[in-house]
Amino acid sequence: MDDFDVRGLVQPMRVALQVTCINDALYPDTGRNVVRLLRRLGVDVEFPAAQTCCGQPMVNTGYINEAVPVLRTFVDAFAGYDAVVTPSGSCAGSVRHQHAIVSARAGDPLLAERSADLAPRVFELSEFIVDVLGVIDVGAWFPHTVAYHPTCHSLRMLGVGDRPTKLLEAVEGLTLLPLSEAEECCGFGGTFAVKNAGTSVAIGEDKVRNVLATGADVLVAGDRSCLTHIGGLLDRQRSGVRVMHLADVLAQTRPPGGGRR
Amino acid sequence: MTGTFVGMPAFPAAARDALDNAQLRANLDHATSTIRAKRAAVVGELEQWEALRIAGAAIKDDVLLRLDDHLLTLESALQDAGAVVHWARDAAEACRIVAEVARAHEADEVVKVKSMVTQEIGLNEALAAEGIAAWETDLAELIVQLGDDLPSHILVPAIHRNRSEVREIFLREMPDAPPGLTDDPARLAEAARMHLREKFLRAKVAVSGANFAVAETGTLVVVESEGNGRMCLTLPDVLVSVVGIEKVVPSWRDLEVFLQLLPRSSTGERMNPYTSTWSGVTAGDGPQEVHVVLLDNGRTRALADEIGRQALRCIRCSACLNACPVYERVGGHAYGSVYPGPIGAILNPLLRGVGSSDQVDSLPYASTLCGACYEVCPVLIDIPSVLVNLRAQVVDAHRSGLPKAEAVAMKTARATLSSSWRLALAERFTRIGLGAARRFGASAWTRSRDLPEAPQESFRKWWRRTGGRP
Ligand code: SF4
Repeated sequence: MDDFDVRGLVQPMRVALQVTCINDALYPDTGRNVVRLLRRLGVDVEFPAAQTCCGQPMVNTGYINEAVPVLRTFVDAFAGYDAVVTPSGSCAGSVRHQHAIVSARAGDPLLAERSADLAPRVFELSEFIVDVLGVIDVGAWFPHTVAYHPTCHSLRMLGVGDRPTKLLEAVEGLTLLPLSEAEECCGFGGTFAVKNAGTSVAIGEDKVRNVLATGADVLVAGDRSCLTHIGGLLDRQRSGVRVMHLADVLAQTRPPGGGRR
Repeated sequence: MTGTFVGMPAFPAAARDALDNAQLRANLDHATSTIRAKRAAVVGELEQWEALRIAGAAIKDDVLLRLDDHLLTLESALQDAGAVVHWARDAAEACRIVAEVARAHEADEVVKVKSMVTQEIGLNEALAAEGIAAWETDLAELIVQLGDDLPSHILVPAIHRNRSEVREIFLREMPDAPPGLTDDPARLAEAARMHLREKFLRAKVAVSGANFAVAETGTLVVVESEGNGRMCLTLPDVLVSVVGIEKVVPSWRDLEVFLQLLPRSSTGERMNPYTSTWSGVTAGDGPQEVHVVLLDNGRTRALADEIGRQALRCIRCSACLNACPVYERVGGHAYGSVYPGPIGAILNPLLRGVGSSDQVDSLPYASTLCGACYEVCPVLIDIPSVLVNLRAQVVDAHRSGLPKAEAVAMKTARATLSSSWRLALAERFTRIGLGAARRFGASAWTRSRDLPEAPQESFRKWWRRTGGRP
C-alpha cells in the first residue's frame, strides 16, 4: 500500500465505499458526505452495487449460520478493490474480527481465504484518511462547538485511537470540547438496545448528561448506530443538541464567498 | 447467606427491578467508579503490565491444556503434606463431604473464609439443612448474611449497601451490637470485629476456598484484606478447603505473576494485605486436620468449549464487573448467580450449559459488547467473543421447536442481505416501516428514544441516479 500515491498516480488505487446498511437505508447523507470528502481528497471512490451488509447484526445476535451468505456477498462485492472504506468503526471491526469466525463456521476454506485476504484492506474512515492518505487537515470548515464520543468498537475493537479527534481538531472554526467519561459505552449494543431496553436507556442517559454538560452544539461520532441511540435520547429530551457523523463534519467546507483559509 | 438465587427471573426482568431502585444505582455508581479509578492508577504504574497479563493468560492456558496431570501432581503433593484429598463431581457431592467432616467432629457450626466457590455450591444452605451453622467472617459477607441478602459483587458482596444501611442491619441483626452505633466505618468495623472474635475462638471447624493451589508443593493460597480469613485458617483444629479444579498453578514462580495481577486488578492495591499459604498439616501449628475438596461442578464442561474455556483462566478479581456499563446500572443480583457481571454472563452458561434454563440463556445477551471487560481483564479473557459464541449456542439450542419472531426476522434478513437487489427492494419500505414503528410498535425503542426520519431515497438509489456525482 505504501507504493501507491493516490494523488501522484503511479497506478491509481481502486477504492470502494462500503456505505453500511444503516447509512444506506437511513442516513444516505452520511454516505454522500463520505463520497464528497474522499473525492475532495483525490480519491475516486466507487460504490460496488452488489454490497449489502457486513453481517454483524446477525453475528452479534447469535445467528452465525445466517451470516454466512451475507459474508459471501460481502467478499464478492469487495474482493477486487485495493481498499475498502467504511464510515463505521463497528462494521470495520466486524470485518476484521468476526468474518474469520463466520467463515470458519461455514466450513468453506475458499471463503475463509478470500475473507482473510480482504479484511486487512478494509478501513474505517479515519484510519483511511490518516493512515492511507496521510492527511490530517482535510480542508473542512465547521464553525461550531463539538463533543466527540469515541464509540466502543472504534476505540476498543479497532483501536482507531486519536485519529478522529486529530481530524476534528484540524477543522477550521471547530472547537472540540472535552467529554467526560468519553470512553464509556453509550448503551446501544445492537439488539441489546431492544432486548434490554431499560438498561440501554439508563446507560444512554448518563452519556447524554455528559454530552449536555459540555455545552456543545453538536455531538460527533464515527458510528451511525450509536448516534441513532444517543440522538434518539437527545431528541426525546428536546435538548437542541444535534448528532452528526464524523464524515458529515469533515465534508463541510466554507461556502463560496466565505473565503478559504 | 440465607437468600437464594434459585428461581431468579431472566436477566431483562431482573434488571428492570434493579433499575427502578435509585438508591442501588447511586451506591453502585459511587462504588464502581471509585474502584475503577484506583485500579487505573496502580495499573498505570507498571510498565510491564501487558507482559504480566500475557504471562498470566499463558500460564493458565498451559494448565488447562494438561489439567489432569497438574491435578494429579497437586493431589500427591497435598497427600505428602498430610492433607486428605477428596474429589467432588458436583455441588451436592462437595457439600456432603464438608458436612461429613463437620459431623465427624460433632461440630454444629463452622467459621468461613470468604469464598466464591462455597457460594457457588450453596454450602451454607446445605450445612443448615444438616443442622450446622456456617458463619461468614468476611465483613461484607457478614453484612449480606445478617441482612438475609444475596451477594452482588465478587469482591465486595455488599456493594449495593451504603454505610447507613449497614448500620441498620447491624443494629437489627447483631445481638451484641453496641447500642450507640454510628455509621462511621471504623465503628462499624469494630462492632463486626467484636461480634466475630468470639466465633473464631469457639469454632472447631473452618471452611475456606482457595485463590490458587500450587501443584509442586501442595500449597493452597488465600488472598484477603481483613485478616479474618487468616483467623479462620489458623485458629480452628480442622480446616476444609473447597477448590475448583481450575485453581491449580504449577509452581511458585507461576504464583508470583498472579500475586502481582490480582491485587492491582481487584482492590487497586499494589500488594495484597493478607496472603495466607499452607501446605497440609504442620505439627503443633494451625489446624491439625486438613481436607481439600477438588471440585468440578461444570468446569470440565466449560473446558470442552473451545472458545469458552478461556473463562477458566479467571482469577475472580472483579475488574470486569467494575468496568461494565451494564453491571454499573443493574448491579449483581440481576445476573441471578454468585458470579455476576461480564464474567458471570459467560461463566454461568459455560458451567451450567446453554439451554439449561431461560435465565442462563438470557445472560449472554446481558451485554452491549463494548469490550471494557476485555480491556481490564488481567488474564486477557476475550469476554465479548465468548459472549457472541454463546449467543450462537443459545440460538442453535432453540432452532428446533417453534421459531421465535427474532429467528424469523433473522432468516428474512439473511435472504435480504445476501442480495443487493432484494435489499434495494426492502429499502422501499423503510419509510413505511419507520412510520409504523413510530405510531404502533417498536415500543422497547420508542418509550424513551425518538426514531430517525426516513430519507426520501436510499444511498443506493441516489448513487444509481447520479453515479455519485451530484
Ligand atoms: S474475567 Fe478477568 S476481569 Fe473478570 S473477574 Fe475474571 S479475571 Fe477478573
